[in-house]
Parts: sequence; structure tokens; C-alpha cells
Amino acid sequence: MSRPLGWFRVLVVSLVLAAAAFLAGAQQNTVKIGAILAVTGPASNLGAPEAKTLQMLVDQVNGAGGLLGRKVQLVLKDSGASPEKAISFARQLIEEEEVLAILGPSTSGESLKIKDVCQEGQTILLSCAAAEAIVNPVMKWVFKTPQNDAFATLWIYRYLKERGLTRIGVVASNTGFGNGGKAQLEKYAPENGIQILIAEVYDKEATDLTSVLTKLKAREVQAVVNWSIEPAQSLVAKNLRQLGMQVPLLQSHGFGNIRYVEAAGQAAEGIVFPCGRLLVADVLPDGHPQKALLLDYKKKYEAQFGEEVSTFGGHAYDAFTILAEAVRRAGSTDPARVRDAIEGLKGFAGTAGIFNFSPADHNGLDMGSFEMLTVKGGKFVLLKP
Amino acid sequence: MPLEQLLQYFFAGITEGAIYAIIAIGFNIIYNTTGIINFAQGEFLVLGGMIATSLAVVLPLPLAVAGAVAATMVVGALVDLVFIRWLASPSVLRLVVITIGVSILLREGMLHAWDEKVRALRNFTGTEISSVRILGAHIAPQALWVLGIAGLIVAALALFFRYTLAGRAMRACAANRTAARLCGIKTRRLVTLSFCLSAGIGALAGCALSPLTQTQYDMGAPLAIKGFTVAILGGLGNSTAAVAAGLILGLLETFSVSLLPLAYKDAVSLAVLLAILFLRPGGLFGRREVQRLKEF
Repeated sequence: MSRPLGWFRVLVVSLVLAAAAFLAGAQQNTVKIGAILAVTGPASNLGAPEAKTLQMLVDQVNGAGGLLGRKVQLVLKDSGASPEKAISFARQLIEEEEVLAILGPSTSGESLKIKDVCQEGQTILLSCAAAEAIVNPVMKWVFKTPQNDAFATLWIYRYLKERGLTRIGVVASNTGFGNGGKAQLEKYAPENGIQILIAEVYDKEATDLTSVLTKLKAREVQAVVNWSIEPAQSLVAKNLRQLGMQVPLLQSHGFGNIRYVEAAGQAAEGIVFPCGRLLVADVLPDGHPQKALLLDYKKKYEAQFGEEVSTFGGHAYDAFTILAEAVRRAGSTDPARVRDAIEGLKGFAGTAGIFNFSPADHNGLDMGSFEMLTVKGGKFVLLKP
Repeated sequence: MPLEQLLQYFFAGITEGAIYAIIAIGFNIIYNTTGIINFAQGEFLVLGGMIATSLAVVLPLPLAVAGAVAATMVVGALVDLVFIRWLASPSVLRLVVITIGVSILLREGMLHAWDEKVRALRNFTGTEISSVRILGAHIAPQALWVLGIAGLIVAALALFFRYTLAGRAMRACAANRTAARLCGIKTRRLVTLSFCLSAGIGALAGCALSPLTQTQYDMGAPLAIKGFTVAILGGLGNSTAAVAAGLILGLLETFSVSLLPLAYKDAVSLAVLLAILFLRPGGLFGRREVQRLKEF
């Protein structure tokens, strides 16, 4: 090298390489778990509790000696509910960080986009999103923890049928979750005797839904079903009542965060939606297999973060505890063995329900994982039949 | 379509149009004084809403709104003092890029000062389910508040620009900055005042909108784009035109929803905007001769 300081550059490069090799060697003793969550942005009511829950659980596990005696390292990425960012983070986590598994993403749209990336990268994906399309058709490395939107649809239709409300209007947000839910609603309507008079899709960043609800009012629907996870869930409730419409409003299981109720204020009274048992844990019978862990999670979360639990944090709780249990049963962090262990889990109690995985079922939940909840006095309560 | 339904669509259009209108007003003041579009205007709106929701916990609502407006005016003045004032004859493009940078800065600042959660100010009158019934159709009282406040702001601005010395000086600045300086007008101070005013109006608009649209730290950009579109539609620089254009666009979108699926709403409004700009580049109410004299 004839350039001055050429020897200096060589020295710097070799030092950097040596440091990298040293660090790589040092990493062998930690279990790296990646997470892609929508901590900020339109899905922050999902991603923020999920991130907090994961942090709490990782600290808990590390405080108790770690996983198989090794420390757990959580690599958390904030996707802001953007599918493009999710894809790029997924690649980063799989190729650069070489994580054992990816927990999340928070939304169905993102999950559907990164499914293939994880399948090709042979990295376990434990999605915290609800669309059935994530695990149907089943992909070997892709799992999810929330209940299927198909089950939520059937619970909603059962409620409507019992009350003779057969002519309904559907509004959904233009996202993977919203479109997935709308598709399920349209699919199961005929066999349940439900007539969807009008089904519209709104922009996920919509700030006013009066125009589309006016259209529903004109068609004289007997009930309105809204399917989204954005703050628009609260807007629909407010705009509906401001239009003078008194018909019942049903929401998806994406309504399970008290902040949506707070944002909608009085307009939230009487909203009915299917949901996991976390929000009504205290009224469960004492012998119920989920009760103890639900109350434990609720107590610890509320003490540490000063806010009420939501079902979304619960989905992250399930994703982590399922992964941890699978690692323990496999006795190793070899991705293929952990994946097999997840598939073999049966009767595993989580916040969303009792999980029974199998090679054909990568969600593991059934219709029994829901309860019908309603809002009364600004709080979530069990709907009395 | 029965009258009641027509009226209901009309009210829905007025509600949406009012949202657009009140955002658009803020763009015109800075534009009139400096010739630039302030892309941080959306952030002023959100900042006003956020400060008001924080203050509303301890103060009664009118005081909380007043406090939010005052605080945002200070922020607006700071934006000018720190980022704009010391530039020597900057080009319009450079200033626009700086305002975009400022908007990003403000957004991240708000994320750290508050958090990512969605907030809403209390409805000025009534609750989330109040509804005013007019001839069989319903409208939310808050929408009427937004319209009323927009009208008041426009009227106050008209009086300010016509009858006060500062207002006339700002018009002089907009017409020809060098000539204004030669007349002894302190143009730099007026630019700061225009940022101040624009921020204050933005904050008031944000407070009025908060019960309707809810407030989240990153709502600034989408709101700003809506408002900017409407300001252009009406003719940049004319606040009354902005309000009228906002209402027209809101009505147009709502009636398009009555005929077409909701998904086409934005396509319809953008198509109309493009058509109008092809035919009348100065906007619906802009005057041809005035348009030729402006840089934008």
C-alpha cells in the first residue's frame, strides 16, 4: 500500500473483525428472540401492550435463571403497523440477528406479508394477529396465538340470530384484519340466515365515518358490525349515535382494549363483542383452567405499568409462554426441534384459551375460547345470556 | 332520495367539510406573508389538541383551550426564530423543505413528550352521543362548533388584515417585501408574527377537531395534506375561499359515497381537484391576474 496510513486501516479492520468474532462467540450463551410489534402508529393499542408484556415476561424469565439456564435476549422492532417495515425487520432479524423465533407482528396485514419470509428463512413465526388466512393454508414455520376471525364471526352471528336481527350492515377497515373479517362475515352469512345489506371498507386512517354510516342508515339496517383495530372502532360508535341511530353495534375481538371504550365515552355503552376471558377473569369459576394465570398476568401487568390489561398483551403473553414451553420440552434451541415441540403442545392454558396444536392446526384454539362481552358503565362485563 | 336522507347526507358532508375547512385556514396566513407553504401546520393542530387534553385535566375547558393556543403560538414563534429568521433570501423550495423537517421534529417531540396513545378533548357541549335534530336529520353539535369557530376565525382575520396596522403591514410584505422594507416595515418581525398567528389558529382548530377526529401524535401529516389540498382548491391565500372549498369538497365526497362504494371517496375528490386545477389553476376563487404574480 503506497497510500499513507495504509497500515492504520489494516489495523482498524483487523481489530473490528476480532471484536466481531469475540462478540459472536459471546452471544452463544443467550437465547435470541425477535419481536416485530406496532408500538407506535394506528395499531399502537395493540403493539404497546404487547411490547410491555414481552419485556415483563423476559425480565421474569431471566430473573428466574433464564431459559435452559441461558439468558433470553429480546430484540424488539417497532413496525408502526407498516407491512413494508415488517418485511424489512423480518429479514433483518432472520439474517443478521439470527433469532430463534419472531413474536408478532401485531396486525394481520403485516403477518400475511412476512409469512413467506419466515417460511423461507426457516424461522418460527408466532403471530399476534387474528386473520385465519395466516395459518390457513398451514405453513410449517408459521403459528398464531389469537383466536380466528372465523370463530368471532360465528359468535356474532349466533348473537344476532337469537335476537332476530338478520339484516345487517358491515363496515371494516382497509387492512388485512378488516378485509379478512369482512370476508369471513360474507362467507358465513347465508348459512346463518343473515343478510348483509351493505358492506363497506374505510381507510385505516379515517377521521370521520359519518358519510358511510349515513349510507347504512338509509338502508335501514337492524344492526351494524364493525371490523377493525384502529381508533376508528371508537369513531364508528360515536358517529353512529351522533347520527341518531339506535341499532346495536357489534365489534370484532379487536375491541379488547379499554382505551377504545374510553375514547368512545358514552357511545361505547351496549357494544357487544366476542373476546377472550382475560378481561373478565375475576368472574370466572374458581376451578377454571385459565383463571389462575389470567389473574396473575393481570395483577403483574397492572402493577408494573399502571394501566389495564388488554387481550392484545395477552396474545403476546401466549406467544412467549408457548415458545418458552416448547424450548423446555425440546431441551434445546435448535429451531427445528422447538418447532416440532410447539406442534406437539396439547391442553396448554394461555390467556386466549386452551391451545391444542397439531400439524394441521397452527392456531390451536376453538369456539370455546371466546366469551361474549359487553360494555356497561364504561367497563367490560360478561354479557348475560 | 327522500328529503330526510338528502338532508342527512348534506349534514354528513358539512361535518367532513368543516374539518377540511378549519385546517385549510392556517396555511393561508404564512403563505400570504412569506409565500411559502408551512408543512408543519398539521403538527400545530396536533400540538394544540395534545396540550389542551393535558391541561383539561386540571383546568376548565375554555382555559385549557386558551392555554393550548398560547403555548402553540410560542412554539410557532420559536420555529421561525430558530429555523427561518437567520436565512438570507432563501428560495421557496428551501423553506418548504425546512418546514417539512420541522414537522418531523415536532412529531417526534410530541411522541416523547406524550406517548403514542390516542386522546380526545371533551366535546365542547354535550357528550359523545349528543345529536342535534334538524328537520329529521341529525348532526353532531361538535361539527357545528367547528363550523362556527372556522367562521369566526375567518371573520377575525378579515378584520385584522383590513383594519389593523400589523395586518396591513403583513399584506404589504406579501405584495412586495423589498418595498415594504423600504417603507420602514420590519418584515422579519412580521414573519414571526405570521408563524405565531398560524400556529395559534392551528391550535384552536386542533382543539375544536379533537372531540370529532381524536388526537394522536402522528395525525399531523394526513390532516395537513387534506387542509393543503383544500387551500389550493379554494385558491391559496384566501381564507374565505378555503372554508368554502372545504365545505364543497366535503359535500362532494359525501354525495359520492351515497352513489359509489366508500373506497372510491378519495379517488373522486382527487379527480375533482385535478380537473379544477386544469381548468382554473388559481383555484375555484382565485383571480387570474393575481395568480400570475405569485411564485406558487
